[in-house]
Amino acid sequence: MDNELKKRLQIIAAKVRMGIIEGVYNAKSGHPGGSLSIADTLTYLYFSLMNTDPENPKMPERDRFVLSKGHTAPALYSVLANCGFFPVDELKTLRKSGSRLQGHPVMDKVPGVDMSTGSLGQGISAAAGMALSGKTSGDSYRVYAVLGDGELQEGMVWEAAMFAAHHKLDNLCAIVDNNGLQIDGNIDDVMSPNPIDEKWKAFGWNVICIDAHDFDQIEKAFYEAKCKEGQPTVIIQKSVKGKGVSFMEGLAGWHGAAPNDEQYATAISELKAALNELEA
Amino acid sequence: MEKIATRISYGNALNELVKKRPDLFVLDSDVSCATMTNIFQKANPGRHFNCGIQECNMLGVAAGIASTGRLVFASAFAMFAAGRAYEIARNSIGYPKLNVKIGATHAGISVGEDGASHQCCEDIALMRTIPGMTIINPADDVEAKAAVIAMADYEGPTYLRFGRLPVPVFNDPDTYKFEVGKGVTLRDGDDITIIATGLLVYPALEAAEELVKEGVNARVINIHTIKPLDEQLVLKAVKETGKIVVAEEHSVIGGLGSAVAELVAEKCPVPVHKLGINDTYGYSGPAVQLLEEFGLTTAGVIATIKKAIGK
Repeated sequence: MDNELKKRLQIIAAKVRMGIIEGVYNAKSGHPGGSLSIADTLTYLYFSLMNTDPENPKMPERDRFVLSKGHTAPALYSVLANCGFFPVDELKTLRKSGSRLQGHPVMDKVPGVDMSTGSLGQGISAAAGMALSGKTSGDSYRVYAVLGDGELQEGMVWEAAMFAAHHKLDNLCAIVDNNGLQIDGNIDDVMSPNPIDEKWKAFGWNVICIDAHDFDQIEKAFYEAKCKEGQPTVIIQKSVKGKGVSFMEGLAGWHGAAPNDEQYATAISELKAALNELEA
Repeated sequence: MEKIATRISYGNALNELVKKRPDLFVLDSDVSCATMTNIFQKANPGRHFNCGIQECNMLGVAAGIASTGRLVFASAFAMFAAGRAYEIARNSIGYPKLNVKIGATHAGISVGEDGASHQCCEDIALMRTIPGMTIINPADDVEAKAAVIAMADYEGPTYLRFGRLPVPVFNDPDTYKFEVGKGVTLRDGDDITIIATGLLVYPALEAAEELVKEGVNARVINIHTIKPLDEQLVLKAVKETGKIVVAEEHSVIGGLGSAVAELVAEKCPVPVHKLGINDTYGYSGPAVQLLEEFGLTTAGVIATIKKAIGK
């Protein structure tokens, strides 16, 4: 990736992370950990790769995005707002009564949300349906779906994995956010989905493993996925839960907890410092 | 009278529907030779997709297809479409208001020999609890075909319920008109109203004819659309006949009987007598024999009416 683009994406990703913290802090609830771990990937998708138009969010030829791990809605909302689908200031209404920004994404409320999700395991099936519809009809759009590694414990994920490979949905790209933590702790202690890569390979997918916070690797992986014919691709991204906010990193406790006033101030000042450094 | 299972009507009607809606996708879950979507598959192989034995993923895939603006039918046995995949119907189809049509066959006790594990008498109850879900339970071949074809222009989540057992074709294909949400008065009468759906509609008509001999003049209403319920037609019958019998091949909990009772209790209280499966499981046996043993027959409707009018 050229340095100018990389720097631009890093700056946007820092702003996206600030939006996540703003939302969760104002809501006094929500899921910051897994939102922060996918911030770089979502920034790349919406600001570099996907064909979308904030002025025309229902454009039929748009690329589709499904947040199968729907509880990390703060990340999706922050990316969409930073893209211009709705005002960034609206992020402060997250989870409040009357807000469009429900705790989990709703497609008929929020511009830019392509599928309502929240019940784990279902988003990837819908993404497969979008891919099947497009492929059968000769549409050129591609479909991206982000899953959690804990989500892989849902049996329905593997129904969808079998289905997508069987129907050779090469216009579908799944991303597994492998931050290693779920509500009750380490994924290996709760119910190990490992080895994740071997499982997807056995289900007939093209598997790419990357570092979730390295834009060079992200760009290369999505390019490879786009070129792959006859097979869906899964990008398994090793990520850090809570990435970018020092006291949240690597702790399962930040899966579904909001920062208090002091923690909020620390998080924002850390992210601002990172942003200032990038913009210097 | 000719008898045809409404699942066969379903398969045949899909071939008509695709002429109106060339964007139609038909999904099945490894039961296409039983749901009869294989009729569609043979004529339109490029638009029929087998999902294998995975009803949950199938409904999710259907939601994804619908989100791209194309019409989709997802087919499975009622037990698995409404039962196993309930939460996908609720969260991925109902909540986002997606235009998915669930084609559920093998509903009710008339599945027969397969026994209770496959005899779904709870599907209407489950689907009724999903906000915005339309529920259609056709009574014969003519109505079933018309209902499927009507889906060309009817937007929104819809559950269509079909049977395995051949049932009398009593509607006239030349004059029959189907309208979602509109009940059909098949026979006028002032003494009592029989509100029936699906497989029990024809026995209800037979029962009404039989009771004329005993001086009872029963009205017969066919409710093919259980949700949204034709409240106006039901309340008119309540006011004009004062007594209600509801007959359905479904549990007495949560089905059409419950829907009518809820309405009547609130708007115009009169006794509502329910004929259905009395909060129990079925068992293996020939379908016709099971219907007799569970009282879901002309004689069963007559007995319920006599109880209602105190004869």
